[in-house]
Amino acid sequence: MKTPSGSPIIQVAARGLVPVIQIIGLYVFFHGHYSPGGGFQGGVLLAASILLARLSLGTEVSQLLFPARKTIIFSALGALIFAGTGLAALLAGGHFLNYEFLPLPGLEPAELRNWGILIIESGVTLTVMTSLIAIYDEIIGC
Amino acid sequence: MQWQIEILLYIILIVAALSALGIRNLLAAVVILNIFSFMSASIMVSMGAIDVAFTEAVVGAGAVGVFNILAILRTSRKSLD
Repeated sequence: MKTPSGSPIIQVAARGLVPVIQIIGLYVFFHGHYSPGGGFQGGVLLAASILLARLSLGTEVSQLLFPARKTIIFSALGALIFAGTGLAALLAGGHFLNYEFLPLPGLEPAELRNWGILIIESGVTLTVMTSLIAIYDEIIGC
Repeated sequence: MQWQIEILLYIILIVAALSALGIRNLLAAVVILNIFSFMSASIMVSMGAIDVAFTEAVVGAGAVGVFNILAILRTSRKSLD
């Protein structure tokens, strides 16, 4: 909450758990092609790590981790990445979100589809993570 | 062997849902809702929908529980009805 937790056990456990949850979130995001997971689940895991820091370490420390004034900006940036990739494929001659027509030089169509999905998922991850943190900041009022 | 485990999961799911509706202490109701979410994730695993189960477990444990506790913090601890 706004002041740090009084118990040292909670503080030490939260400081140790936050980087582990973030590593798991990045793993889930990058392995979304091959295993269960993807942009939404990775984004929720990354947001859960920041929410754990906000709950246990207090506003002053956790605002250094991810400032509240940047959440809406990054949320809009993620939506822009998603829609921009689709519109780039549309303007380059294909359908909306048809990754084969993305204007990236020197790549085969299969590689273009691989990288296109990764770009889309990064936009989804950014939007989900920052939107959940923005909801928390709006409720707690900081 | 699998259908006995599934029936046990369904029984825990229904009992958790009914007791979350009936209990007066709202913080205990949030914890019981987390049990409900975890049980539904386990049922989805037993049905073979790993991706849905993963989403359910992550959202139910990571985001919804925290938001429910914050909503209780802005209101009163006990239910009034």
